[in-house]
Amino acid sequence: MSAGEMHVRDPGLTNGGYMRIAIKQSFGSLLLSVSCSLKSPWTVLFGPSGAGKTSLLRLLGGLNRPGNGSQGQIAFRGRTLMDLELGVWVPPAERGIGFVTQRPALFPHLDVVDNVAFGLERLSKRAARERAFEMLRLFAAEQLAGRKPAALSGGEKQRVALARALAPEPQMLLLDEPFSGLDAALKESILSNLTEWLETRAVPALYVSHDVAEAFQTGADVIVLRNGKVEAHGPASFVLAKEREQLLQQLHMNQPELR
Amino acid sequence: MDRSALFLTLKLAAVTTAILMAIAIPLGYWLAYGQTRLKPFIESVVGLPLVLPPTVLGFYLLVLLGPQTSFGREISKLFGHPLAFSFSGLVVGSVLYSLPFAVQPIAAGFAGVDAEIREAALLLTARQTTVLRRILLPLIRSSLLTAAVLSFTHTVGEFGVVLMIGGGIPGVTRTLSISIYDQVQDFAYAQANRTALVLLCISFVALLLIYWRRGNVSGRDARA
Repeated sequence: MSAGEMHVRDPGLTNGGYMRIAIKQSFGSLLLSVSCSLKSPWTVLFGPSGAGKTSLLRLLGGLNRPGNGSQGQIAFRGRTLMDLELGVWVPPAERGIGFVTQRPALFPHLDVVDNVAFGLERLSKRAARERAFEMLRLFAAEQLAGRKPAALSGGEKQRVALARALAPEPQMLLLDEPFSGLDAALKESILSNLTEWLETRAVPALYVSHDVAEAFQTGADVIVLRNGKVEAHGPASFVLAKEREQLLQQLHMNQPELR
Repeated sequence: MDRSALFLTLKLAAVTTAILMAIAIPLGYWLAYGQTRLKPFIESVVGLPLVLPPTVLGFYLLVLLGPQTSFGREISKLFGHPLAFSFSGLVVGSVLYSLPFAVQPIAAGFAGVDAEIREAALLLTARQTTVLRRILLPLIRSSLLTAAVLSFTHTVGEFGVVLMIGGGIPGVTRTLSISIYDQVQDFAYAQANRTALVLLCISFVALLLIYWRRGNVSGRDARA
C-alpha cells in the first residue's frame, strides 16, 4: 500500500506531516469538516466554488476566528496554532504563514517598496528596504519600487503581493487562486520564480484551485474538497484515478474556461 | 466685537476637538470592528445629542456636575472648583454634545476600509497600533478631517448647552453665540451683526475645507 493510499483511507491526525488539521465549523449553510495532515511541499486544494476552500485557508491563516460551538485544532510544525477546546488561537502575523489572495490587496497609500517592507518592522529601516528590494528582484519587479499600487498592472500587483508575503520569510505559504486573473505565460513566469524560492528554503505551499486541469497537471498532492468535506487526499495521479468519473465530468464542464 | 468671546470660542472649539479626536478614534475603531451585542446601545448613546434638545443635556450636566450630587462634589474637589459655570464645564458639555459629529464619520471611515487590505496588514504585523497608525489612519484621513472640522464648527456654533452649563459669564463662559444673544437683547444690532458675520465666516470656511478636499480626492480616484 502506497503512502498516498493510506492517506486517502486514513485522513486523521495519526500520520506525520508539517501541518495537522482537524476542524468542524459551519460557515452559513456549509459545514466545513476537515481532518487531514499536509505532507507534500506543494499541495493543491481542489474543489468547486462553495466547497469551503477559502474558508479553510482563512482558518489556517488565522483570518477567521471560529465562534462558539466550533471544534478544531490546527498544529504547524509541532506548534499549536489553534485549539478551540483549550482556547488557543495564535494571531495571523505570529503563525509564520504567508497568505496571498486572489486580489492583491496592496496598501494603496504606500509605494511598492514600503508595501513589501511593511511586514519587516523587526528589521532596521535600511535592512527592511534592502530585503524588500531583494524580494522585488526575485519577482523581476524592482523597477516598480517607487510606484504606487494604482499605477501597476494586474500581474505587477500580484508580483508585489507575493514579494510582500514572502519578505518576512514565512515557513508556509497559502495561495488562494492568486493567478486566476492572469494570462498563462505571465502565470508561468511568476510561478517559476515562486517555486524556486519555496524549494530553496524548503517552504511548503497549499495552493487553492478550482481548475481541474491545473490541479492535476502538477506532480503534487491533491486534496479534493466537496461540500466542506475531504473526498480524497493523495498524489495527483492516485486521486485522479480514484475520482476519475467525477473529475472527468468537471473537466468537461470546465472546458470553455480552459481555451 | 467681543474679542474675549471670540478667543474663548476658538479655545473651547480647539480643546473640544482635540479631546473628541482622542475619544472618537478608539471608539470609532471599536464600533467598526468590535463584535459585541452592546454595539447598538453604544451607538444610540453616542447619537443622542443629535436628537435631544441641547437644554436637556445641559440640564443633566448642570445637575450632575453641580454641588447637588456626590459625583459633582467629588469632581469639584478634583478640579478645585465646581465644573458648572467654568471653562472646564463647558469643555465637558461640548465634548458630549459634539460626540456624534466626531464618532460617526470616523466609525464610517473605518468600516469603509477594504477588509482585505486590513487583513493583509494583520497578516504582516501582530501590532494593532501599527496597523492603525500606518494603514488605517492614513486611509481614512478624509474622515478624520471631516470629524475634526464638524466637531470644531459644531462647538463654535453651540448655544443651548453652553448657556445652560456656563451661564454666559463674560470672559469665562460667554462664547460668540451667547454674545450675539446678549447683544440682541441689548438692541445692539450692529454689534450682533458683526459677531454673526464672524460665526458665518468660520463655519463657511470650515465646510469649504471639507468639500473642497473631498472634491479633489474623488477627482483623483476617478483618474486612478
